[in-house]
Amino acid sequence: MSLLKEAIKQVLKKPVTIKYPFEPGIVPPGLRGKPIWDMSKCVLCVLCQNACPTSAIKMIPKGPDAGIIYWLDRCIFCAECADACPKKAIIITNEFELADFSRANMIYHYKKGEASQKK
Amino acid sequence: MSYGSTIKIPVGPQHPALKEPEYFLLEVDGDFVVNVKPRIGYVHRGLEKAFENNTYLHDLYLAERICGICSHAHTTCYTQAVEGLTPLEIPPRAKHIRVIMAELERLHSHSLWVGIAAHEAGYDTMFMYMWKEREIIMDLMEEISGNRVTHAINTIGGVRRDITDEQANKIRKFLDRFESDMKGYIKALENEPTFIKRTRGVGILKPSDAIATCAIGPTLRASGIKNDVRKDDPYLVYDEIPFNVIVNDGCDVFARTIVRCEEMIESANIIRYCLDHMPSGEIRIKAPRTFPPNESLGRVEAPRGELIHYTKSNGTVKPERHKVRAPTLGNLLSVCKTLIGAHIADVPLILAGIDPCFSCMDRILVKRV
Repeated sequence: MSLLKEAIKQVLKKPVTIKYPFEPGIVPPGLRGKPIWDMSKCVLCVLCQNACPTSAIKMIPKGPDAGIIYWLDRCIFCAECADACPKKAIIITNEFELADFSRANMIYHYKKGEASQKK
Repeated sequence: MSYGSTIKIPVGPQHPALKEPEYFLLEVDGDFVVNVKPRIGYVHRGLEKAFENNTYLHDLYLAERICGICSHAHTTCYTQAVEGLTPLEIPPRAKHIRVIMAELERLHSHSLWVGIAAHEAGYDTMFMYMWKEREIIMDLMEEISGNRVTHAINTIGGVRRDITDEQANKIRKFLDRFESDMKGYIKALENEPTFIKRTRGVGILKPSDAIATCAIGPTLRASGIKNDVRKDDPYLVYDEIPFNVIVNDGCDVFARTIVRCEEMIESANIIRYCLDHMPSGEIRIKAPRTFPPNESLGRVEAPRGELIHYTKSNGTVKPERHKVRAPTLGNLLSVCKTLIGAHIADVPLILAGIDPCFSCMDRILVKRV
């Protein structure tokens, strides 16, 4: 019975539920989402590869493919790579709708000297 | 009344209480349970071996994934064990932030459990109200740490994110409302006849049995025994914070509910005290990558009870041995004791009463050849 007051109060209120896929979800500032690499700042120092707990980052030091390979499907979004980066070349975005039908689409190859591109 | 012969009934491994696999072989005489045999190891994940193959920093993220609900308690305990190897003294502000997160997590874990218990007892209104509160707490934690479940705010040598004044005010505002609402919920639980009939006198664990079976956490405190790692062996800044250890003499599922509800109010007071007395300064110090040969133990009062992480280093970047004792393992014997003499219909409620987290607990796999 003591919840009756609460129940009446709630009847007069609007629903708190948001119709999420049709409306944008609430993204708090500082959410750890997908990391992206700014290759103009990256110096290929391998620290992000060493910091990654799930081996989602691989650095290729030389050759035409020199740069960073990032596996989104292995990433646990801990932002440890961004903490390790001495040049602040890794930006943690708050992008979180990252599902895909193929794992092949989730491999990102950031090449040194080029703008970020998807493989 | 006895029927002279007993029947064996398997309960589980599909979700006997909460949504986790565990197997209990109940021996019943009529409607009453006379013997219980648990079988653990369905969700053995080989975590302790995995700890040995990763570096200390990577293990932190592994420790976080032992449990989805008390992820912060596991990282606090892990960092406590690892920081004890050198030993490393973390900045006071970091300690306060760890306490605030730990208590927010206790609020979230307890409100989740009270919701589940109310649901098991057929009181779904309370389930909805408690989970509404839980959602707000999760959002607060997301705003502070950057993620709802795996907060990743702890690191070896401090914390990774600071609490801003704006966030602190938001927490204070929430706590004021939450505390008054929580008192209303306790009143509602104490006066709800269906809930009282379903839980009072169900799953009696006498204080002597609780001690004999080494029960821990709210299960033990609901049997009237004052035991709390935060008070008995203070870590972080718990020795500076005034708070009470909540006990209840009811010994039943109802007492366990009330203990958890009152602990939530106590946690709210702890958070408020920490926010008011938080010193300014840095939040992390640089931690070494390797640790000298040593061994160390971390003890933390997780929402479900005492959590233990033991680590042994050998001078390399990886630990030689890491042992985790999750609180549910400590409560498993006590729940088997509690089940004896209970009705079959009460079994899910009693099992849920210890707030089981079976996959956190499984460190062993028994294979019969």
